[in-house]
Amino acid sequence: MTLNDAARDPAQGGEPGDIEALLPWYVAGTLRRRDRQRVEDALRGDNEQARHIARQVELSREELAETIHLNETLGAPPPQAADRLMAAIDAETRAAHRRGAGAVAGWLTGFFANLPPRTLAVAASFAALAIALQAFMLVEAYTKPQGEPEQAAIESTHRSGTFAMVRFAQAASAAEITNFLHNYQAALVDGPTPGGLYRVRLAVTSLAKGELSRIIARMRQDHIVESAEPASEPVPAPEPDK
Amino acid sequence: MPMQAPADEALIGRIARGDRLAMQVLFARHHVRVYRFVLRMLRDEMAAEDVIGEVFLDVWRQANRFEGRSAVSTWLIAIARFKALSLLRKRRDDGLDDETAEKIEEPSDDPELALAKLDKGEKLRQCLAALSREQREVIDLVYYHEKSVEEAAQIIGIPENTVKTRMFYARKKLGDLCRMAGIDRGWP
Repeated sequence: MTLNDAARDPAQGGEPGDIEALLPWYVAGTLRRRDRQRVEDALRGDNEQARHIARQVELSREELAETIHLNETLGAPPPQAADRLMAAIDAETRAAHRRGAGAVAGWLTGFFANLPPRTLAVAASFAALAIALQAFMLVEAYTKPQGEPEQAAIESTHRSGTFAMVRFAQAASAAEITNFLHNYQAALVDGPTPGGLYRVRLAVTSLAKGELSRIIARMRQDHIVESAEPASEPVPAPEPDK
Repeated sequence: MPMQAPADEALIGRIARGDRLAMQVLFARHHVRVYRFVLRMLRDEMAAEDVIGEVFLDVWRQANRFEGRSAVSTWLIAIARFKALSLLRKRRDDGLDDETAEKIEEPSDDPELALAKLDKGEKLRQCLAALSREQREVIDLVYYHEKSVEEAAQIIGIPENTVKTRMFYARKKLGDLCRMAGIDRGWP
């Protein structure tokens, strides 16, 4: 392999060399093993090509560091963004229920319209029942998002306070977890980790050790809790693990 | 593959079954990165905020269509990118295009003079910010969002070799901008 076909001097213009084109991913650690090996082999030599690649790696590392710095200073959306999203989801769910209720009402109307006149009188009582049923469905659709837990607060902004790592029982439903959080006035701030643990904020202030131990002990008694342990504060930003 | 990928996929499965708690966890985990990706494209905080709301609402609606062919984070960024591009197209149609917006965001009438006052890191970041949208996008995907060649290609919708070439020319352009700003990086 020569400098021209593996790591062409880009100062001369033209297409990048094969190895050179891989360097940003090599530096970011996202290269396939085979390609990573090729870069490492190219770096190992004591020749012009190896020095050129090494210099490019150095530049690429600098770019990576400043790109991360630049992005990290962009800030984050306000905490209300989560509330707005959940409100939009609630509104959509309610609208879907309304559409469902409307479909049932339409079917009932069609059913009664097709009845022969003689039967219609007898069916009047059934019609009244159908109207009552429709009214019930509409009221329910408007007033209650069915089958959903109350909104459990996930707060990405409150990083201080007292926290616990909790693993919920597999059989625990979302509604039970929501009730659990509500009972403890707690908020889910992160998780699940690969081990299935959630970080839960128990208080916005730092609780005394004895108080924390009492809360943790009580949590462990709950049938939906498999484990609960005191935890440190979360990291500054809710970044995905890599 | 990122360690948390299986957990993300499990969350999507739960979201597809209407689990709001899973939705909240997914949002808490990814919304900042998605927001930053969109903000770098749009350079408009309010618009970026609106876009991430739409992205996660789409996830709620379409979670059952997620086939797990890519990481969830890649899927999210691909949705975000599509929405941000649609908004940019609409702005262009309305007479406020990408480059106009960029000029509004950078009011300095003498960028060369302003750059001279900055240290090397700051200058480099200014130069990164001055790249074209396409160049910023590929650099962010690779360096900040840690996307592989395949994932970046999937998000942008171009062949893998084109991703490599685009990244190379983005870096080369960055080198040119740095040289103009008084930083000699020795390349290109």
